[in-house]
Parts: sequence; C-alpha cells; structure tokens
Amino acid sequence: MTEEKIYAELTEIFNDVFMADDMKLTPELSAKDVPGWDSFKQIEIMVSVEERFNIKLNTREIDSLRNVGDLAAVIARKT
Amino acid sequence: MEQLRWLPMAQDWRARLRALDAADDVWSRAVALANTRLDFVRTNALDASVRRLVRTAPSGLGTRPVRLAVLGSSTLSHLLPAIRVAGLRRNIHVETCEGGYGQYLQELTVPGSALYAFKPDTILLAFDAVHVTQGVHAAMSASDADAALAERCAAIEQCWQQARHALGCHVMQQTVLDVFPPLLGNNEQRLAGSKSRFVTRLNQALRDMADRHGADLVAVHSSAARDGLHAWHDPALWHRSKQEVTPARAPSYGELVGRLLAARQGRSFKCLVLDLDNTLWGGVIGDDGMDGIVLGQGSPLGEGFVSVQDYAKDLARRGVILAVSSKNDEANALEPFEKHPDMVLRRADIASFQANWTDKAANLRAIAADLSIGLDSLVFLDDNPFERSFVREQLPMVAVPEVPEDDPALVPSVLADAGYFESAGITADDRERTAQYQENRARTALQATAGDLDSYLRALQMRMVWNRFDSLGRSRVVQLIGKTNQFNLTTRRHTDADIAAIMADPESFGLQIRLLDRFGDNGIIGIVIGRTTQPGTITLDTWLMSCRVLGRGVERTTLNLVAGVARAMGVETLVGEFIATKKNGMVRDHYRNLGFTVVAETESGSTATLDLRHFTPQQSFIDVTEGPPA
Repeated sequence: MTEEKIYAELTEIFNDVFMADDMKLTPELSAKDVPGWDSFKQIEIMVSVEERFNIKLNTREIDSLRNVGDLAAVIARKT
Repeated sequence: MEQLRWLPMAQDWRARLRALDAADDVWSRAVALANTRLDFVRTNALDASVRRLVRTAPSGLGTRPVRLAVLGSSTLSHLLPAIRVAGLRRNIHVETCEGGYGQYLQELTVPGSALYAFKPDTILLAFDAVHVTQGVHAAMSASDADAALAERCAAIEQCWQQARHALGCHVMQQTVLDVFPPLLGNNEQRLAGSKSRFVTRLNQALRDMADRHGADLVAVHSSAARDGLHAWHDPALWHRSKQEVTPARAPSYGELVGRLLAARQGRSFKCLVLDLDNTLWGGVIGDDGMDGIVLGQGSPLGEGFVSVQDYAKDLARRGVILAVSSKNDEANALEPFEKHPDMVLRRADIASFQANWTDKAANLRAIAADLSIGLDSLVFLDDNPFERSFVREQLPMVAVPEVPEDDPALVPSVLADAGYFESAGITADDRERTAQYQENRARTALQATAGDLDSYLRALQMRMVWNRFDSLGRSRVVQLIGKTNQFNLTTRRHTDADIAAIMADPESFGLQIRLLDRFGDNGIIGIVIGRTTQPGTITLDTWLMSCRVLGRGVERTTLNLVAGVARAMGVETLVGEFIATKKNGMVRDHYRNLGFTVVAETESGSTATLDLRHFTPQQSFIDVTEGPPA
C-alpha cells in the first residue's frame, strides 16, 4: 500500500475518532498535539487501524509507537 | 464476519451525528443513527453525544427505561457504550453503572454500596475465565474438579439470589469465554483439571441454573463459537488492559444484552414478512413459471432457497408469525405454495398473504392491521435494495435486514445474528401461533358471510374458560404481561415472582382467561389481576387482552366474570385504572365503555369505579366456565 493511501485511510480513522472533518496528519503528530487523545482514544485508533487495514499489531509494535509516522511505518510493513 | 452486518451502512455519518446538537428531536434521530452499522468508534461517539444531550429518559417512548448495573471481575467499561447504544437501537433508554473492578461480592452484600445507591432494576454479571477457574489446575483429581465446579456454581447462585432478593433486580449472567488453550487436545474432557473443560462444564451448568432461577444468559461463548474466539478475545489485550472481550467486538456484545432487555419488556419482533421472487425461490414466478423458478435439490442455489424456507418454518414452529408481501398477481404467487413439490412453506404457514401491485409499505400496513400487531413488530426480508430502502424510509419502525447479495444460503445466519426474535422462553401458545392466526382469518371470512354482528358472534359458538393463576399457565401469564402493549390498561410488567406473590395472597386474584370457538382454541387471551386496596374494594391492577380476539364482546364477558369473582370475595366496589402509554390508546375509554364512572382523568391516565351492588351482568354470546384445577 502506498504511503499516500495509508495516510488517506488514517485521516478517515482520525476524523471519526476525534469527530473532525479535516485532521491534518503529519508523521510528527502525536498524542500531546491533539486535545482529547487519551488512552481510550488510543485504543479506538488501534482497533480501527486493525479493522480497516485488516492487520494485527503485536504488543511490541504497539508499545513502540511514538507518533503517526511510526504507525504508518508499521502499517506499511504489514500491508 | 463483519459485525452488525444486517444493519445498513450510515450515509453522512459525521454530519448527522453533529446535527444532533442542534436538533429538537435528538432521541429519534439518535435511534435512526443507532440503526446503522456502527463500529466501536462510532458506537462510542454516538453514545457520548446522546449522553451529553439526553440526560434522563425521554417520556412517552413506549418502552421502559432500564437501570443496568454491570458487575464483573475485570475491565468492562469499554462495553458499556455499546450496551447503551443497543438499547437506543430499540428505543430503550439505558442508564448503566459499573461496579468496581472485582468488587462485585462486597457491592452486592453491603447495602450502603454505590450499587444500592444506583437503584438498578437489572444486573449483568460478567466473570472472566481466569477468575472463575481460580484454583483449577491440570493435576486436579476428578472429584476435586467436581467440587470446584459445585463451589463456583454455588457462589454464582448466591450472587443471583442477592441481586434478586436484596436489590429486586432481574439477573443477566454472561457466560464464560473459553480462552484457554487445550492441554490434551481433541479429547480435553479426559483431563479432569483442564481449565477449558471446566469452563465448558460451567457454561452448561449455568444454563440449568438460569432456567431454575429465571435469570437470562448472555451467551458470549456461543457467539464466539460461531465467529471464532479471536474475533472476541485478544490474549495480548487481556495482558495489556484486562479487557477479556476485545473493544472491537463491543457492538456485538452490546447487541446480545440489548436484545435481551428488549425481549424482557415485550419489544422483540413478532412477525417475519417474506418477499417471494429471489427471496424464497430463485427467479420470478410471474415470468419464469412453476418450471422455471429455482428451488430444491439439484442446484446449490435451489438448496440455498430451501434453507431460507427451512429456517422460516422453524421460526414459525416456535412462535414467530410469517407473512408474505410480494409484487405479483395473487394467483401466480400462491401457485408454488400449493403445487411446487420442493416448497417447505405452505399456504397454511403464512398468516397474512399480500400479493398485489401496491407498494410494499402499504402491504406492510395491511399485514399489521390484518394480524392486529404493531408495525414495529415486523421484520421485512427482501432481496431488492430498492424495496428495502423504500420501506426503511416510509416505515422506519419496521426492521429491514441487509441481505447477502445472491446467496440465499447466508440468509438464515444473518436473521439469527440480528436477533430480531430473541425470546426469553417458549410456551405452548407459541407453537400454535400461526394456526391461531389462520383460524382468525376463517373467522373473518365467516363474519363476511354472516351479515350482522350478533348472528356472527352466535355462530362462533364461543366458550370462555377461566382459571385462577396456576403453575401450569404461569409462564404464559408472565409472557403475556411482558409483551402485551396495545390492549393493556396499566402496562405493569409483573415478573414471575410477582405472579407467585399474587397466587399466594388471599386478598388478591389473578385470572387467566382462555377462549375457544368453532374454529379452534385461541389460547390464553386475557389476564386480570385484582388487589384489595381497602376493605370491600378491589383495584384492577392489570387488565390485558390479546388484540386478535377483540370485537367479539370478550371485554364485556370478562367484566361479568371479574364482577362475579369479586362479589364472591365480598367486594362492593371495583376500581379500574388506565395508565396511558404510546401504544395503549385503544383502551383509553375501556372502563367508561363498560359502565364504570370515571372519577379522575388526565392525559396520562384515569381512574374509574363500578358499584357492584347495582351491577347486572351484560349480554354476551360467550359461554363462561371455570376450568378444571391444574
């Protein structure tokens, strides 16, 4: 899957999770930049990513995520 | 398998969700959104909006608000929004409270706990597999394993009794997910101390216990067996956050709970309306003819359509009413039912048959009127996406499942997964239901020929057979009380325990009334409960009747009966109450029509009295007898 396509899908997921229409996802974006991005939202993001990309993230991968760029990289490896 | 696959995808989801904030009719818009295919994230978002905008249960919903306490041994908070949304989907306002992590025993037994302060009416107990298998290990002897199982069952039973007796709650028990990898393999039953075997045996024991105690099971282990355990449980998540059911599966979990809550207040669907062409058989009967339609052995597609009919037939055998709505000439539509050798469904299985060229919304209205049930009792199965969306738009209260395209073999599992016909139990009347509706049609036909009403009623040769409540009829009595919405004066949903209390109280009476006529036995069609509210006065706590026997003077005859029973108890005054709901407008003037004097009346209800000292029984064409004691 192309990076462009991954970011497009991720944007849809983030829009649903944060009830926005126009989230601007950058590789550096992380929880501290987005109001309301707490551990519960983090679970929502992980669940949505697994469902939408039809992949399974393992414990080590989830623990190593620091920002959107890390997430996109894991998805790129698995799709 | 995708979750909630019977629900249509939402259009303009975010815009519609955001529009709730400015809407006057938040609740009904939210109900519509809840009836789309929501994933975990959307479920949470909808729940958050509704909780923010609708603080208390809206009035006049026609359903009873539920206060549900969820108690368990691990993390459950991620499941609560989905439970509330599953209630919303059924127009039921659900308030929840979650017990402290693993604190359920203290909370159930200490009257000062937050649980008691919440005043729940329903308690859901959800124990995780690790918790219930504490102390079970592979080296255990068979007798130690048996003892552990008995001990665990007793502990759960004690929770149920506490919930019922100290808190007055209805009990729901989640079954246990078998998350344990097997130790022996295929024949795991041979290892006495296997945790997997322990869970299997416990789930089986819970079924028997639930039947004994009148508790309902939330059978997640059955769902996991169908969907695959991995769909329901993620071992990594268990270690990360002690969530035994994966958050992704929360919408399915909520559904299991929501449909039971609905069934307990008589809000399950009652009737399956079937399209014909490309739903019950392949092809178009009007074009392809009897020889051309695809049905029966010899082709995979033909067998798939048989499987749809088989499932519908079994639903009918357990009490779901079947109806047909088809755009066809009636003669063409009927021909396969009468002559096709591979048809499983026959004309006699269909309680209302609408084959014509008017639109399907009009046909569904006709079916509801024909069967005297609400439109919100209908499930409409049609392969045609146009018809589905037309009906959804015209009649939003009708359930219209998405149908897997071009594969009838998948239809039964979609209907089953949707849980439309969830039922808390089964009675003899359920098994007779379609026949009863058929007989009703024969009565209507007689009415058309008999001319005036009195001679028709006389020709029916009706017999009313009544009994005091007894153990034999008790399950049917509780069921009727739970699901009768229209001819129901007070809509008090008494439980099994309430009925037992009435049976034991010499100052009260509970009457179950059966009606027979020349076409057959209508089963129990009426229930009246009277309580002595002061010496010489009986208040009619409950009066409900099955709508299919109305217009036959049954109400008047029932009053004659009630008056007789009350007089025998030395009663001088009968008090009748009417409590208005969204659905029982038809009985607003019930007591006035029967000659009671209305003493208080508002929009929300009325009270009326009848002086038995001056009461003379009214004319009736129904012969009344007391039934033999059970």
